[in-house]
Amino acid sequence: MSASGAQALAPRDAPARVVYLDHAATTPVRPEARDAMLPWLTGRFGNPSGSHPVARAARTAVDDARDTVAGLLGVAPAGIVFTSGGTEADNLAVGGALRARPGAVVTTGAEHHAVLHAAKGFATDVRTVGLDGDGMVDMERLAAVLDDDVRVVSVMLVNNEIGTVQPLDRVAALVRRRAPHAVLHTDAVQAAAWLDLRTAAADADLISISAHKFGGPQGVGALAVRGGAEVAPIVFGGGQERERRSGTHNVAGIAGMAAALVAADASRVEETARVAAHRDRLADGLIAEISDARETGRRAAKVAGNCHLRFPGVESEALLVLLDEEGVCASAGSACASGALEPSHVLLAMGLVPADAASSIRFSLGWTTTAADIDAALRVVPPAVARLRAGR
Amino acid sequence: MRVLVAMSGGVDSSVAAALLIEAGHKVTGVTMKLWGGPSDSGCCSVADVDDAARVAQQLGISHHVANFSAEFDRDVVDPYVAAHAAGRTPNPCVACNRHLKFDRLLRRAEQMGFDAVATGHYAKIERSAPDGDGWVLRRGADPAKDQSYVLHMLGQRELSRVLLPVGHLPKAEVRARAGELGLRTAAKPDSQDVCFISRSGGREAFLGARIPLRPGRVVDGEGHPVGTVPAVELVTVGQRRGLGHTTGPPTRADRRYALGVDVAAATVTVGSLEDLMTSTVEVTGVTWCGARPAPGSPVEVQSSAHGAPVGAVWDGVATLAMSAPVRLVAPGQSVVLYDRDRVLGGGIAT
Repeated sequence: MSASGAQALAPRDAPARVVYLDHAATTPVRPEARDAMLPWLTGRFGNPSGSHPVARAARTAVDDARDTVAGLLGVAPAGIVFTSGGTEADNLAVGGALRARPGAVVTTGAEHHAVLHAAKGFATDVRTVGLDGDGMVDMERLAAVLDDDVRVVSVMLVNNEIGTVQPLDRVAALVRRRAPHAVLHTDAVQAAAWLDLRTAAADADLISISAHKFGGPQGVGALAVRGGAEVAPIVFGGGQERERRSGTHNVAGIAGMAAALVAADASRVEETARVAAHRDRLADGLIAEISDARETGRRAAKVAGNCHLRFPGVESEALLVLLDEEGVCASAGSACASGALEPSHVLLAMGLVPADAASSIRFSLGWTTTAADIDAALRVVPPAVARLRAGR
Repeated sequence: MRVLVAMSGGVDSSVAAALLIEAGHKVTGVTMKLWGGPSDSGCCSVADVDDAARVAQQLGISHHVANFSAEFDRDVVDPYVAAHAAGRTPNPCVACNRHLKFDRLLRRAEQMGFDAVATGHYAKIERSAPDGDGWVLRRGADPAKDQSYVLHMLGQRELSRVLLPVGHLPKAEVRARAGELGLRTAAKPDSQDVCFISRSGGREAFLGARIPLRPGRVVDGEGHPVGTVPAVELVTVGQRRGLGHTTGPPTRADRRYALGVDVAAATVTVGSLEDLMTSTVEVTGVTWCGARPAPGSPVEVQSSAHGAPVGAVWDGVATLAMSAPVRLVAPGQSVVLYDRDRVLGGGIAT
């Protein structure tokens, strides 16, 4: 079967310019990451678990990357477990900790499904805490569900949909006091591009990151394990990663992730200011142009790249189609296996009703975002919203 | 025109999209996510959405998923269950077309600025006259595939906004076109049955999980008990199987048919084939594609998706006087009126 006939029928005409405002979904690969990976895709190779010169060279690359990532996350190199990405890191944190020490797990209702579904898969006692109207974890409720039976508490550092930064230090203090047998995991997948994890995640015992959210390649991530936290494997085999994660290392990916993290860290201060200015212009511009537009979460409590808005009366499913036609890439809610949008569990956890949740859209900015992207979004989004509202 | 094509992941809507592109329209694909539960025949499994998305990629058009599962539950599944609970036998595909494809999706498309919605149905929409502003719905060119029956609810507003690009083609030619274009759906089997009912569990498992299924008495025309059925809610008027028989192997002479279902009394009345025949059909909730036929108009009546049309006279209100006796139409089934190949409208058998 060939697609040539179809292509001849309708040559693919992508919009002249794509306005990419979906960095929270994935980011373009940084040149530094590409350069670090290329040798391992074009000549150099080796299985780091072997015992000959070719293997040792690959082992050196993985261990150098381990030192780098450990340094930027503020943990010892031995605490880094390379994984296939953020989902596996989250699964390993929640599942691995529960397999090491069975008991109850506490999460917020706004965690990524990699945490929520892992909690359900690995524990029978799952306690879920909601968010307040600003998207911050409900500390009173959290205090109420913590006790001696809790073995894992998982609170994400930055929410993937609404970008709010959770007060991990206060959560950690509460956990130490109320649930002394628990380890604290934080899903820092959305945080790594914006926050210095050496300080921002200093109170967590387990930290998940994913390379493609900060300019690294897809398919690689890490779980950082601090101090004495125990994590039993959930992937079995050759016993790599100190018997915590079996499987031959993704050498190119691991090298690329380390290089991307270095690049993100080196430019963090300037980039955060630059992107926050773009984000503010986008959010303020859309709120000024679109009546009743509402911003989700307090902007001061959000990372620089997140612009999450609600346009009452507009179905985000329809809005995304119109933006797609103009080459603007954004997202809304989370998609199920079929690609259908489901009402965002994050917004529902904040107490929004499904109709409000279904009128939300996320623009997420990142290291490649330019003023021209913002100009285009400000040009395209208001008329699209107006058109949908007029057609109600 | 800007056209939104409802792509189910099957061959018909795949070719519909291709034909519209060929004709120079600006085409966008959409797959409706309707049923959230398990499905094996259905139009919204993950595999079907994937097929639709891949065909759209092959054709070079964008593809989206519209999540109408809440509306599908409310407007199709819940009424289907309620009708069975009341002893009627509804046609959920008609309800889906009425409420989802040609209402919810059509309104969404208009809102987004599309000029038309297209589907892969086998029926034809034409101008009523070369210079007129009206529209007519006709049977599809392929008599074996004609789907005009399930489209009878389309009124002038809908007909003016709907395109059925494969309706003038035989199915074999649609498959051939798909093959020529290299579409991955070219050899995909046609979907069968109701999309939300799985083949393994069937209607019984689906309804049994939602409403109590109660055993019922089977009585003859005089009210004498002649047997029992395990679930009165599953009996359809006209049904012959599963109603029990007296003794010995059944002969043609003692074949019994369900003549009526009284759910409240948990009773099924049965009778002979002669008892099943009627010379009038009563309908409710009638809608018309265009002008309503005058009382006394001769029409042809079709009371199942691929049933043979039978001549009748429409009384202008609710009754069809059949030109020859027909089997009782199960309450809840759609009854569609035709003038030769033109759909006049239709309603629900009472």
